[in-house]
Amino acid sequence: MKLSSIATGITLGLGLATTSIAVNAENMVPVKAMADALHLVMDSDRTIYTRKIVNRLVKKEKVIKASEHFEDDKALVLPAQMFRFGSELVQKRAEKIPDVNFSYSLQSLWPINKQNAPKTDAEKEGLKFVAENKGKNYYTEETLGGQKYFTAVYADTGVAPVCVSCHNDHKDTPKRDFKLGDVMGGVVIRIPVDG
Amino acid sequence: MSKHLNAKLWIIWLCLVIGLMGYLAYTLTTGEDKQVFMPGELTGGHHQIGVSCNSCHGEAFSDRDAMQDKCESCHGDQRKKPFDSHPRTKFTDPRNADRLENINALYCVTCHVEHKEDIADNFGVTQPADFCVHCHADIGEDRASHKGMEFETCATAGCHNYHNNRSLYTEFLVKHMDKPELLEKPRVKEKEYASVLEEIMTYPHDRYPVQALDNDDADAPVSVKFSTDASIQDDWANSAHARSGANCTSCHSDPQSEAESASEWLQHPDDSSCKTCHDIETKTFMQGKHGMRLAVDLPAMKVSDAKLPMHEDMGHLKLSCNSCHQAHDYNVQTAAVESCLECHNDNHSNAYKDSEHYALWKKEIAGELPAGSGVSCATCHMPRVNMDVSDWLSRTVVQHNQNATLSPNEKMIRPACISCHGLGFSIDALADEQLIENNFNGRPSIHIESIDMAREDNQRYQQELNENSL
Repeated sequence: MKLSSIATGITLGLGLATTSIAVNAENMVPVKAMADALHLVMDSDRTIYTRKIVNRLVKKEKVIKASEHFEDDKALVLPAQMFRFGSELVQKRAEKIPDVNFSYSLQSLWPINKQNAPKTDAEKEGLKFVAENKGKNYYTEETLGGQKYFTAVYADTGVAPVCVSCHNDHKDTPKRDFKLGDVMGGVVIRIPVDG
Repeated sequence: MSKHLNAKLWIIWLCLVIGLMGYLAYTLTTGEDKQVFMPGELTGGHHQIGVSCNSCHGEAFSDRDAMQDKCESCHGDQRKKPFDSHPRTKFTDPRNADRLENINALYCVTCHVEHKEDIADNFGVTQPADFCVHCHADIGEDRASHKGMEFETCATAGCHNYHNNRSLYTEFLVKHMDKPELLEKPRVKEKEYASVLEEIMTYPHDRYPVQALDNDDADAPVSVKFSTDASIQDDWANSAHARSGANCTSCHSDPQSEAESASEWLQHPDDSSCKTCHDIETKTFMQGKHGMRLAVDLPAMKVSDAKLPMHEDMGHLKLSCNSCHQAHDYNVQTAAVESCLECHNDNHSNAYKDSEHYALWKKEIAGELPAGSGVSCATCHMPRVNMDVSDWLSRTVVQHNQNATLSPNEKMIRPACISCHGLGFSIDALADEQLIENNFNGRPSIHIESIDMAREDNQRYQQELNENSL
């Protein structure tokens, strides 16, 4: 697992100071630090899109809708879709760069799309852990399809009124009593590791 | 004596074997027609390009990924748009590694095995019809309406399509559930090309500015004008080309050449001339059955190559832009009906002129009804659609890939049927094979329940919302 190039990419690309990521003797970023750094970027972008684009235009300025069927409805892409589309693009691009091989997804114990419910044991345990232990992340290892992964789960919190109202009102939601600040799901990041 | 005979036989056998090996080796490496190696008949989707193994297999002995690239080189666009509900990225995600063990969704050939004509359905699918169950066995728990449904029913007309599952999603069904059979103002999309010409960067604005031209402006060399039937120039002068500034040399010159002199005159322009201004139309033409041979550098398809019933006397016709759009007058009304019916000789095509759709079309071209009221062959099979013409722009173009609205035919509902008809009526009509056969002369005798299910789900939702707000 060559993590140095990833670390450089992350630090250069995202403007983080190199010193903010612990670098070990072989100039490699520990896998946990890499996952934390990736999550920091994902979560920041996600928060900004939700607050400064979706919530501002939909709730404050009331000029446009956000919709799951954004093309038909000529509307904004939902924050969860924005996140997923980014994840799909990473998946596609990372496949061609074996050294930068990681994947991530947004899941929930109360998913609107049932395909986004936790599936592996690590996901099930991780999502439960972050929902019950606010402010804490969950780290573990798992083997999927013969490959060992470092798997990290981070809480995904309802940061804006649109998160809560959309989920509570959606026709396919299994939970209609979310409140602002609730843990509504989690981000699962997987990085392949040797052994 | 017998020893001599044996030796002779051995020599003959050896020569035959060497000859056969030589023939096969030559065919495999350099020969153009490799059909001697064909392990089984190809489906209707690929039979036209069977002569060129490399079109699908890449070089001899290429691996599975190289073949997948070949699939995507022709079908990639169709998979991306309008929406692919089972993209590759879904399955390269490690959390779905177990699902790949059941069905390897990373490769087209997992479900679309070629050379197995006996087990392939109309859409070239060779998986058993219950393939959805591998991942969606518990759908009944998620959606009450789906409880107890048999797993070979998922892809029934009006329901699911593996590649574009959401073209008829629940909210869409709900939004259109109460629309009447015939809309109040049934109209298809308007043409847009003339109004967006300015924005098309690749259009040769400098050489052929948008302006109306007449016979006096024709820029063919004098020698050509004198040796050509005058009616040809008249046809051009009455065409949309002349009205918009496309002159003789727009087509009759090498599209790659910058020279404007008459010496560059090209007597017989081909599709590459059309492409200069009609790039998307040419591209989609080559994605469909009519132009797919050109897309893989094979000679154009002949009408006699078709598997569908065609008029025998048209068998010799080679398909290019000009086979449907007659040169010089380029009458799109002719291209939208008469060009099709000249060749197609099946019951659906032959019943068209007795249909209400044709009655409307006749009225439109007679000027008795407004533009967009009539229904030609092209209205449904080559509809005007909003298409991405680059990564950044989209505009209304005629979809020249006739297969984009077929296989399965529900793909026709959005771009064509619902411009004039309610969704429920459209779904039912397209599920009724008898009705299609007689070109919609009558009413659907089949009812697909997808809208009923969406209506029921919507009632459940409204009730839940009411309870929640109390």
